Amino acid sequence: MSELVRSPTGMVGLALLSVVAVAVVFGSVLAPYDPQAFHPAVRLTGPSAAHWLGTDQFGRDIFSRLLTGASSTILFGVGATALGVLAGSVIGVTAGVVGGWVDSVIMRTLDGLLAVPDLLFTLLIVTFLGGGAGEAMLAVAVAFTPGMARIARSSVLSIRTREYVLAAVARDESQAYIIGQEVIPNAIGPIIVEATIRVSFAIMIGATLGFLGLGAQPPSTEWGLMVAEARQYMYRSPWVVAVPGIAIAVSALGFNLFGDALRDAFVTRGRR
Amino acid sequence: MSPAYLLRRLLAVILVLWIVTIAVFAITMVLPGNAAIMILGEYATPDQVAALEERLGLNRPAAVQYFEWLFNLLQGDLGMSLRLSLPVSEVVGSAFANSAMLAATALVTVTVVAVPLGIFAALKRGTKTDLGISFLAYTGTAMPEFVTATLLLVIFAAPGNPLLPAGGFIPPGESIAGFFHHVILPAGALSFILTAHIARQVRSEMSDVLSSDYIRAARLKGMRERRVVRGHALPNSLAPAVAVISLDIGYLLGGIIVVEEIFAWPGLGRLLILALENRDLPVIQVITLLLAMVYALTNLISDLVIAALDPRVRYE
Repeated sequence: MSELVRSPTGMVGLALLSVVAVAVVFGSVLAPYDPQAFHPAVRLTGPSAAHWLGTDQFGRDIFSRLLTGASSTILFGVGATALGVLAGSVIGVTAGVVGGWVDSVIMRTLDGLLAVPDLLFTLLIVTFLGGGAGEAMLAVAVAFTPGMARIARSSVLSIRTREYVLAAVARDESQAYIIGQEVIPNAIGPIIVEATIRVSFAIMIGATLGFLGLGAQPPSTEWGLMVAEARQYMYRSPWVVAVPGIAIAVSALGFNLFGDALRDAFVTRGRR
Repeated sequence: MSPAYLLRRLLAVILVLWIVTIAVFAITMVLPGNAAIMILGEYATPDQVAALEERLGLNRPAAVQYFEWLFNLLQGDLGMSLRLSLPVSEVVGSAFANSAMLAATALVTVTVVAVPLGIFAALKRGTKTDLGISFLAYTGTAMPEFVTATLLLVIFAAPGNPLLPAGGFIPPGESIAGFFHHVILPAGALSFILTAHIARQVRSEMSDVLSSDYIRAARLKGMRERRVVRGHALPNSLAPAVAVISLDIGYLLGGIIVVEEIFAWPGLGRLLILALENRDLPVIQVITLLLAMVYALTNLISDLVIAALDPRVRYE
């Protein structure tokens, strides 16, 4: 942990994630205005003392909308990744442990699914599920599953031949004990690292779906949707699109930096 | 590399594509969303829906529909677009060419900018220059295409006296200058995130090479730094760079969908979104298959290039 905090990337990442976490947890409490309240007198104004980040096309306070939108934007990414990791790990660990033709069938299927770009895969699923925040989250989770399954499997395979596993086999431990006590605890590191980095992708895909009208629906203050709704007015007042756009980038950056620091601290330790 | 290896890889690509056909068909068939209702509108009577399903063959068992579709596909018959009443091959063909031009422009831009940038950062490892490039690269990888595209539009295409057009497409056969004028913003939006990602990866690959034993040996025997870099480090970091770029092509193919939609570029991405909105199943299926095929083939080609660049890589 100390190694993590000492690296500059880890520190910046942690700082960004703390800000994002505060917005997610306390966003709606901290918001100075009702995010849906119209203030017709101050439509599309720039930053001011009353409205720190300006107002949108209906005179709604952008800062308040940003704060309340944090939870739908960020939790989308975390939720989709968590679901994808869970499903992927189950499939990957099964393939790695069972081996044989089961492994072959699973791996070839994953190869096929991985040949479809993530965003395309997500679009296909979300269209046929019907647009909406929940459907979009499920779609991203499904799209992430093959990649996570592959990582989980290779993680299990590299551990299966380690001495402590061979020792457990030699001790005649049960299969369940070996998987639960020896393999999974050791395989989980790379999976968590990959998951952290993937959250940033999930946030970006979620916002993209919101932007395309296939994710969160109005009156949600999800950030991608905020950009889409304000696009008509972007030439008159660029910050209407810039503020939520930058917020997406900052959150994705936080998860990226933190994930990379995690990887340096835990996975490649001793490599350099 | 043996011909047997090449044959095996080609078979693997075919296997992957076959699995994609099943997956695509499953997604478009099993999930809810009735194509006939989509075409007729929600006020269609059950009789009308049934008649159209009968005409389109949508009421037959999924397996029958799948094998018929696959069989036709193998014979080069891609079917008819439900929405446009045109053969899918016609609709998809020109869109594919347009997308290929956009993707190629972006890919060339990315390669020309990102690889030197990453190598430069690695050579300056630990300096302020390296830190600056790394910072830009990290920020870049956190910007989804729609954000970059929107910001580019605000900066370069604001009404009044726009520097660049906000969208549209001019075939290069009509006007080369017009084509480039229109391709700059979409290609820029596509390239930004990829440049950032590839520069970062190339930097880390090149750093690994620079701290390897043979580079230390070359330095210890008194070789000049310029020769160390040109003669040893650069050739050895090319193969990893190709690997990184080829993996990112999958991402590029996804990015194209959003960017084409924003900049009204008449390619596969825009066509796909239109087809998704209208449940135009034949078009959706063919586009998905096509993008998967491009990705699988570029990966194969890049493996061959890597083998050619790096004599240590031996495929059996």
